[in-house]
This record gives sequence, structure tokens and C-alpha cells, in this order.
Amino acid sequence: MLIPCPHCGARLSEEFVCHGDATRQRPAYDASDEAWTDYVYLRDNPAGAHREHWYHAAGCHAWLVVTRDTRTHQIIGVEVAR
Amino acid sequence: MSGQPFRLVSGGLVDRRQSLRFRFDGQDYEGFAGDTLASALLANGVRLVGRSFKYHRPRGILTAGPEEPNALVELRSGARREPNTKATTVELYDGLEAASQNRWPSLAVDLLSLNGLLSPLFVAGFYYKTFMWPAKAWEALYEPLIRRAAGLGRASGEADPDAYEKSHAFCDVLVIGGGRSGLAAALAAAREGKRVIVADEDTRLGGRALTRPGDADALAAMLVELAANPRVTLMPRTSVFGVYDGGVYGALEKVSDHLPEPAPFTPRQRLWKVIAHESVLAAGALERPIPFADNDRPGVMLAGAVATYLHRFGVVPGRRAVVYTSTDEGWQLAADLYAAGVTIEAIVDPRGAVAEAVQAGVVASGARRLIGARVVRALGGRALRGARVVDAHGQTVTLRCDLLAVSGGWTPNLALTHHHGGKPRWDEVLQSFLPGAPPPGMRVVGRAAGEGLAPLVDLPAPPAKGKSFIDFQHDVTAADIRLAEREGYRSVEHVKRYTTLGMATDQGRTANLNGLMVLAEARGAAIPDVGLTMARPPYAPVAIGALAGPHRGRDFRPTRLPAAHGWAVRQGAVFVEAGQWLRAQYFPRAGETDWLTTVSREVTTVRSSVGLCDVSTLGKIDVQGADAAAFLERVYINGWASLAVGRARYGVMLREDGFVMDDGTTARLAADHFILTTTTANAARVFQHLEYCHQVLWPTLDVQLASVTDQWAQFAVAGPRSRETLARLVDAPFDLANEAFPYMGAAELTIGGGLPARLFRISFSGELAYELAVPARYGEAVAAAIMAAGADFGICPYGTEALGVMRIEKGHAAGAELSGQTTATDLGLGRMLSKTKDFIGRRMAERPALTDPARPRLVGLRPLDPAARLRAGAHLVALADPADAAHDAGYVTSVAFSPSLGQWIGLGLLAGGPDRLGERVRAVDPVRGGPELLLEVCAPCFVDPEGVRLRV
Repeated sequence: MLIPCPHCGARLSEEFVCHGDATRQRPAYDASDEAWTDYVYLRDNPAGAHREHWYHAAGCHAWLVVTRDTRTHQIIGVEVAR
Repeated sequence: MSGQPFRLVSGGLVDRRQSLRFRFDGQDYEGFAGDTLASALLANGVRLVGRSFKYHRPRGILTAGPEEPNALVELRSGARREPNTKATTVELYDGLEAASQNRWPSLAVDLLSLNGLLSPLFVAGFYYKTFMWPAKAWEALYEPLIRRAAGLGRASGEADPDAYEKSHAFCDVLVIGGGRSGLAAALAAAREGKRVIVADEDTRLGGRALTRPGDADALAAMLVELAANPRVTLMPRTSVFGVYDGGVYGALEKVSDHLPEPAPFTPRQRLWKVIAHESVLAAGALERPIPFADNDRPGVMLAGAVATYLHRFGVVPGRRAVVYTSTDEGWQLAADLYAAGVTIEAIVDPRGAVAEAVQAGVVASGARRLIGARVVRALGGRALRGARVVDAHGQTVTLRCDLLAVSGGWTPNLALTHHHGGKPRWDEVLQSFLPGAPPPGMRVVGRAAGEGLAPLVDLPAPPAKGKSFIDFQHDVTAADIRLAEREGYRSVEHVKRYTTLGMATDQGRTANLNGLMVLAEARGAAIPDVGLTMARPPYAPVAIGALAGPHRGRDFRPTRLPAAHGWAVRQGAVFVEAGQWLRAQYFPRAGETDWLTTVSREVTTVRSSVGLCDVSTLGKIDVQGADAAAFLERVYINGWASLAVGRARYGVMLREDGFVMDDGTTARLAADHFILTTTTANAARVFQHLEYCHQVLWPTLDVQLASVTDQWAQFAVAGPRSRETLARLVDAPFDLANEAFPYMGAAELTIGGGLPARLFRISFSGELAYELAVPARYGEAVAAAIMAAGADFGICPYGTEALGVMRIEKGHAAGAELSGQTTATDLGLGRMLSKTKDFIGRRMAERPALTDPARPRLVGLRPLDPAARLRAGAHLVALADPADAAHDAGYVTSVAFSPSLGQWIGLGLLAGGPDRLGERVRAVDPVRGGPELLLEVCAPCFVDPEGVRLRV
């Protein structure tokens, strides 16, 4: 699988570390237990387009948001996380 | 020539001037350059080459290519022995040695062929049915028996002496298959200026053109043009075995398999990862056998293979042939065989009619033409003697022959089109499956796309009696498939798994379509309604050695050496792997007979005088920026804003789920500049985590992170004489006095007359201690300089063992305690948890279950018997409780022999531990069977609990 890194160009997926779901927002300290449990433990497993965090560990060290179709591994979009 | 009785005087693509000697089953033979092992065996009249998997039936060569199910041999000998090699793909070389497999005691007399007589027991699913009871007999009796009786070749059992490489290639167009269609596609792309790779599993490019007289010449001009184009790479002996995501293709190049041994500095095989914008699949077509009883007799061959042996290798695989064909091509083969001097006994064609023009070609041969007829049984045992045919009028005719060439027509070779789950589509005209939805970027051309193929005709059903083999390699017969259907296995995928149809090393290339045909007939359904099993990677077998490549043994992963490694070697260190790092474990001296003596001496030296330890492997992360302190506040559990410049502080990080991730000391070198350390094991993970926190969670913070682990060599100088030692190194006016540079001080300074360095007054040993960091290239020199400076005080180098002993004596948590299951409170660090800020993991660490005082928490453990040896991993049980899982109260995490106390001590996680100081518990070790010990629970710090020595 190739991931087009915005800094480095298309690179093999072995260079990256996948960190999963990028749609979660870290709750505030005083948010509910449910919000924290959801953030720390619960993950959706969608069939189709999914926004994920990937870290270019063997490259530029950028955290990326990769939109990937989980059924086909098609990379729909890549942007830097910040 | 007399040595090769079945070789023609001329013709073919072999070099008759280059004779090659080879040996098969102990017999010496000769072949020619350009031969395969199979063609050379046939040239010598060797037709019996193996025994079948289950029934041990005699088997010959069926095909001329990688689809071969029968002719599997053990190639080479000794450590290079390679089982299950297809004789049809082995390029002959001088001195080749091969042996048949799966026979005992010999190929001609195989006693296990008695299995054939027991064949009613060996039907589909027989493993499941026969060996059900008693269950314990499976491992003891049935499995060893079956493994000996049924099987393939033997692995060498020795380390592979050859080298394997991995490589990447990039191109615009990857052409898979170097036949006419593939070369045409390559040429078209090359002429557009594209970078092209042509991969073909054969030893030379040309594909089917190599098997038809004159065709090879027609391709010569294309090959010359391609070879001259610098943007084109031609890769023969390379099979593309898998199509992966994003235009990544796996390919295996057999660099040296055609040589007795690889040339020096040359790998045997090379694993390619080809990254291609698009690909062209030109994999050609596969010939379908027509099943009949005993269709596996040596001498029964696919017609296309006979044509290959005749035209490419100049070999006639028999003297008297029957051609059983449902295609016009078969009639052409009969004419060609006749022209080569073979007697044509008959042509049997199951079709109702054959065009006169087609028949005209064989009139001269005088062959009988049995149209509308079918072969029902092959005759003979270890060699084919004839064929029984039922003609159009229902009369049985017996034919005499030693070669039966069979063709049920050609079907596209679809395997690679399935690799992304693309289902094939049924073509009504061709009566065949064609590529349906190939992987993205793949175009299918030529016969693989059905171009130029004749429509398949309905074949006669295999007779009800006798063994009509469908899958030769796994000994699956038509009767097995029919039985599976009767037993309720209706889905083709279930039939496949139940009968093992198509699951052998040839992936059922010659079997799958006929298997469908039999299943469809049994179900009374049409073939497209039965469906087709999907091929998965790898298309061709790939040796594990090739997948491992150079990453084996010492090279399995990189070894990182600290900057002062050479110095440690000269000090006589014994090394230990710590993650990727090689670290000095201890430094034995002459006369020291065991490691414990050495380690205890190193500890005693540090505690009484001074020692030197290379701590360069600790992760070092440079944190800079206006918000550096604010950033640390959010990632550590304790406070950093208040840390003064020139001071260091111990910090603990949690994961977001509230458990401890890592710990280390971080120093403030300037208001906006910190140097953070991590444990050796977690360095990469912590850096990735901090990058995540910075880039994803708080991108607006003005902070920059850089890993500087490799840039700095760092040495712990520890012991009461450490200040005096360092005083001889640091440049004036730096003042080491306790008041000027107190415990937890940090400074940038110069040493040895101008070398920039950093000095931290931190201690893992519990003694007066410093850590001195210098640019890595000075590591070795500075280590030697420290040794020289401390020589008067009896300085000694110490390794990870002494480091570990002293940290256990001091009760510092390390790897075994930072297990990912411990909280800061568990480790006695609860007081550090800030209540005035949010930080990673705070919220989850405050969950009731994580703050329960009854959790297993860190304690010290001291055996009551001072001579007893405590072992890490032993479980802790209260005195009154039985030693079982229900009463498990924790376990011993770390142990050491403490020279300071003169006995073994340990750290452990004990339920409610800190509330049980002074209590006695039992250490039990039921799995390893160690002796039960009585322990006293104590505070984790055994030496200088007030920390007086740190501050002198």
C-alpha cells in the first residue's frame, strides 16, 4: 500500500505507523465518564471511507490524517494532522 | 545422441553442442543447455518420476510448465536440498542432482502403493471420518502414520547456505508475461517513453511462441528493440506472485537457481517489490485435461506440453501416440508428431464433427480418426500401454500407445486478477471464465483475456468406475467430488476444502475447471452457477528464505552500538541485547569465575568509591520553544513550569488510559529549552507519543521536538569519589562543589580543555553521582578520560547488571515494573500526580479501580532465610491462604543479590502492599517448581532510604 505523504511523496505503508480513528476529539478534563471512555476505548469499524491517523515514522515524523476506504485500501485523501 | 533416445536430431531451442550431465535417483544422464529437468528426463526415456500424494500411484510428467502437479522432485543435496520442485521449471545445469519423492523403498517398487488398494477408505474427508476416535490416538498414532504415508518431499533440516536479497523497482508499466501479447504491450508503452518492466517466470521471454516452430523468430525483432531501450527492464526467471494495494506487486527472481551454486556475492533468489502505475497481465492460458479412468498413467500428457517438448526441446515423449483432443490444435499436434517420426495410432475427438480441412492434415499419418468418441480408461501400470475408447457407435475400441496427448481446450490464466477479490465473469461464447474485475490499474491482454481462444466444448463426464483424477497432486478423483456433493457440500468453496481440490502447491491450475465441471454435473447445474474458487497470493510458491531475505540470524534486525562501544570491548565487557542496542552487561576481571562475583564487585566499587557506566542508550529528546514548559506540563504527571533553569527533575508520563508509560529525568537548560530522557526500551514510542501530542492534540503550542539519542554519548559517574574524578576533567571556572552544583543540578560546560559537554547531577545508583554528556563522536575518548581521571580512586566500569542491582537496592521502578499495567500510585509515585493541571492520562488515572488501595502495589521483599535465592516471577500468597490462583496476591517483579545487604532481595507488586509492611508472605513458584520461600514485606528502598548520600 502506498501513502502519499504531503512532505515526502508516495511511500510504502511500512514506513508508517497506523494509530486508528482520527475523528475523536480529546475531551476536556471535566467531561463525562462516558465521553472519556468513548475517547479512550471505543472505536468504530466502518466499512468504507475512514479517517485515520498515520505517523510517518521512517520518514518526516509527521502525523497525517489519511482517509482510507477500509474495504479496498484506496487512499482517498491525505493531510497533515495539525 | 544414443544417450538420449527420445531426442530429435534437430529442431528446438536447445544447444546440442553443450552437453550437460545430470543425475536422477542415482542414475546418470545427459541433456542439453536449454533443457528443463523434465525435457531432459523425457529425452532419456524417463517417464516415471514420482509417486502420488495419497495412493502412491506412479506418476509421470503431465505438463511443461509451472502448472505441473506430478513431477515434483527433491533438487540438490545436503543443506541445499529443495523439496517439491517442479521438474518442468528446473533449468538443467551440469552436475544437477535430483531425486523422486514420496516413495519407499524405491520409485519402481513403492510398498505404500498398497494405499491404492485401501482407497475406499481414502475418500473425500477421510481424515475427518476415519480418525475421529479415540481422540488421543490422533497425535500418537494417526498423524505420524499419515504424515509418513502421504506427503511431499523432505526439507533439508539444515541452515540454508545461500543468500537472499530484497529489492524495490519502480516503473510506469509492469508487464506480467513475456509472450507475444506481453511484449507487444511493453513495446507500445516503451515507444511512448514509459518506464517498463517485463517479468516472466520462464527462463527466456517468448511465452507460447517458444513452443511453436518459427514463432520465436518472429519475436526476435521485438526483443531486440526492447533490450535496446534503456527505460525497459527485461526480467526473465521472475514470477509476479501477488498484487497488493496501491500498485505494489510482489515478484520473485530466481537469480541463481539455474546454477549448481550461486556465484560469489550473488543471491540465490531476489524478492522484488515492484511499484507500478499500471500493469498489463499477459499470463496466457492454461490447458484443461479431459478426465478418464487411470488418467494419471505415466505417458498421459497434456497436448500443449507434448507440443512444447517437441518444438522447444526437440524431444518426442513417446513412439506411438494417441491424441485425445477437443480442439483443432490437437489435430495439428498429431501432424507435427507424425512429421517427427512418431506413429500416430489414433486421434480421438469427443466433438460430433471435425472440419475436413482439419482432418486433412493427418491423413498422411494413416491414424485412425475416432470422431465423437471418448477415452474411458488408460491402460498400463508404471508406464502407459494403451487406451480404451468408446466410439461414436458405443463400441469399445482398445488402442495401443505409449503416449496419450490430451487437450480439453484452453482457459485464461486468471489467478492474478483475483488478488483484489475481483470475481471472474462467465463468457457464453467461449464457455469459459474471463477476467471480471482485475485489480486497480491492471489491464489483461492476449490469451489471458480470452483473445484468440477457441470456445470450450462440453467434455464427456468422467466414467463412474475407476479413478479419474481431477487434482493429480492431491489425488482428488471425480468420485471424491461426487461423494462430497452427495454428502451435502454444495458450495464450490466447501467442496474445495472438504476434498482438498486445488489446494496443493500447483493451486489446482489443471484441476479447478474440471472440478467445477464434475460438481456442476453432480448438482445438475451449469458451471457458472457453481462458481469458481478464487486464487490468492502467492501465485507461485515463495520460499520463506526469500521472504526473510537478508534479515536472518544476526542480521534479523539492526544492532545499535553506543558511541563508546569500542571502549567497552577493550574493557572486556560481556554484552547483552537491550532492544536494538548492544549494551555492556558486566566487565569480568581475571580470576572472577562467575558473573555474580563480577557484578557484586562492580556494585561494591560504586558504593565505596566510583564507577563508570555508559547510559547513552537512554532516549534523549530535545524540547525547545516558548511553550516548551507548557507542553511538558501536559505530558508529565508532575509540574515543570516551576523548574528553574539549570535544574533537573524526575518525571513520569502516563498513557491516556491512566497507566504509566515511561519515566525519566528532564533538565531545563534555558527558559525555552529542555532535554528530556526516556527509558532505553521506550525511546521511539515516547518520541512518537510526544509528536502526537504536539501535532495532533496541541498544534498551536510553540514547541519543537528532536530526537538526539544518537547525538550524545552519556556516562554515569557514580560513587562517593565521583566528584573528585570529574574535578580532573571539567574546565575552570566550573565549580563542582555541593553548594555550587547541588543534587539535581544541570549545566552546560566544557571539559578536557574546551570540549562542550552537559553535566547532570542525577543518580540511579543512590550514590553521589553525575551524568556527563558529550557529542557522540567524543564518546570513546571521554570514557577513557574518565577512567584515567578515576584511576587513583580505583574506578571500574560497570554494566547493566550492576545498574540493575543498585536500582533494586534503591527501589526504583524500571522495565519489569513499568509493565503497562501499573499506575503511578502502584509504583509509589502517587504524590507526583498534579491536581492543578490537566495532563495525559489524568482523568482515567482517577477512576476508582485505578486508585483502589488494594491494587497490587510496589513493595520490597526480603527472604527471611538470608541464604535463600529469590526468583522473579514467583507469586505472592498470604501465609494463611492456599497457593492457588484465587488467592494470588501479586508477584515478584525484580530480584538481585544485594552485596550491600549480603542477601537476595526483590521488588514486587503486592495487593495493598504499602499497607502490609512488616507482614510475612509466601513466594510460591508452582510452574517452575522452585522452593517456597517466606518473605518479609518491606519498603522498596533497601539502601540509604533518606537519600543522604545523594546530597553530600
